[in-house]
Amino acid sequence: MPDITYISPDGVSTTLEARLGDSVMEVAVKHGVAGIVAECGGACSCATCHVYVDADFMDRVGEPSDLEDDMLDGTASDRLPNSRLSCQIKMRADLDGLLVRIAPEQL
Amino acid sequence: MNDILIVGAGQAGMQIAVSLRELGFGGTITLVGSESAGPYQRPPLSKAYLAGDADVESLELRAPSFYEDREITLLCGDAVTTIEFAGQQGVATTASGVTLHFDGLALTPGSEPRRLPIDGADLDGVLYLRDLDDADRLKARWDAAHNVVVIGGGFIGLEVAAGARKAGKTVTVLEAADRLIARAVAPVTSEFYHQAHVRRGIDVRLDAHIARITGGPAVTGVELGDGSVIAADLVLIGIGVIARSALAEQLGLELANSAIVVDEFARTSNPRIVAAGDAVLLPHPLGGEGSVRLESVQNAVDQAKVAAATLLGTLEPYTAVPWFWSDQADLKLQIAGLSTGFDDIVIRGNPDDEHFSVLYYREGRLIAIDSINDAPDYMAVRRALGQKATIPAELAGDTSVALKSLVIAGTA
Repeated sequence: MPDITYISPDGVSTTLEARLGDSVMEVAVKHGVAGIVAECGGACSCATCHVYVDADFMDRVGEPSDLEDDMLDGTASDRLPNSRLSCQIKMRADLDGLLVRIAPEQL
Repeated sequence: MNDILIVGAGQAGMQIAVSLRELGFGGTITLVGSESAGPYQRPPLSKAYLAGDADVESLELRAPSFYEDREITLLCGDAVTTIEFAGQQGVATTASGVTLHFDGLALTPGSEPRRLPIDGADLDGVLYLRDLDDADRLKARWDAAHNVVVIGGGFIGLEVAAGARKAGKTVTVLEAADRLIARAVAPVTSEFYHQAHVRRGIDVRLDAHIARITGGPAVTGVELGDGSVIAADLVLIGIGVIARSALAEQLGLELANSAIVVDEFARTSNPRIVAAGDAVLLPHPLGGEGSVRLESVQNAVDQAKVAAATLLGTLEPYTAVPWFWSDQADLKLQIAGLSTGFDDIVIRGNPDDEHFSVLYYREGRLIAIDSINDAPDYMAVRRALGQKATIPAELAGDTSVALKSLVIAGTA
């Protein structure tokens, strides 16, 4: 099962195992990683699971969909080139070791 | 306060437990739910779960270890049947005979589907959709069903209808009112959804009068008032929900149409008992008139946070902007605010493009938006309402200008 490492805005690192197919958001919320709010539960409707994807993984993670792209324009923290909504990144074997930084503001 | 009992293990009950710990509560927390599964997401039941794109584990709101780590005791598959809270100490008993003592109480009982009182509604293959067991019954029949009749043109009914149509089934939607989703949106949005579903091959019938459901023991059709019969091997009834009020009644709490009446701090008529979620009637959160029931994830979460703070003695009024979504086929509806009582609307974009928004105004002030496949407009209004800002109605229809650039700070 692939690992994901989350870095919180205050620098705390948490590494969790994901099931294949689970989203980066789901894994965090189910284990209580602070800072990922995910009000809508993964429907791409709230833009409160904003993360910054580590540069080494950008190519493998891929591009956001049009809907996610629109929602990213409404995030509470600044949108950067590596901004993603973590509910829209589904875990695959080749994403093992994925590193994301949690955006400081979600609401 | 040392021992808090939360009755109802849905989204709201789970959030109260989580928030109590986040706020530093160090006593015992017991969360009791009648369903065998622990707290899970309901919205995917009519969408991804039905389509086979989500399994039970992916619906879990939290992993089992989350509750263990935070010493939240989950009692699932057991229902509180009697409850008393006189003086400082309360006691509840469950169907399986467990006795629970508490000195703090939260009610999050949720709601159940309104039943259709009609001949044939108990036939095999006539189903409702509220919980995981309902969804599993529906899934068990899904692949073999060819002719699906949905009774009720609200969100649940239309989501299931859209999924059935996408799966290649013949689908008819019967709505008793003269338009779809009439309780939640303006006529222009209702009409859009009517046409959009017709375009995708669904037979939508408004002003439908249903005489009875035919068959035996399995359903074979739905007979209309004019005697015609629509063939059906699966009937889904989605005609709204009724708040569960049995325990609130035992406790002598004030009810309105079976909903538990609370104030802006989630306190019931007994101020030592809080309540949250679908079963609650609350004051309009944005300062509008009257009281509202909000059957949504957003309300369950935000009201639960208020309720948890109240239990611990911190009174923070509920002022969250309500929001809601519904996924039907490739149509994403996002609603922010409450449109009840609107006196004007602005349509932004063209409904025929399946990409537009409806902005609702009351006395010149923006109060809500329905966005269809238009997330930027939805986000702009959700943010504006949260800041008590507005968008001038005379400018809002101009799609050459981003809606968020039109927001002006509020005076309220």
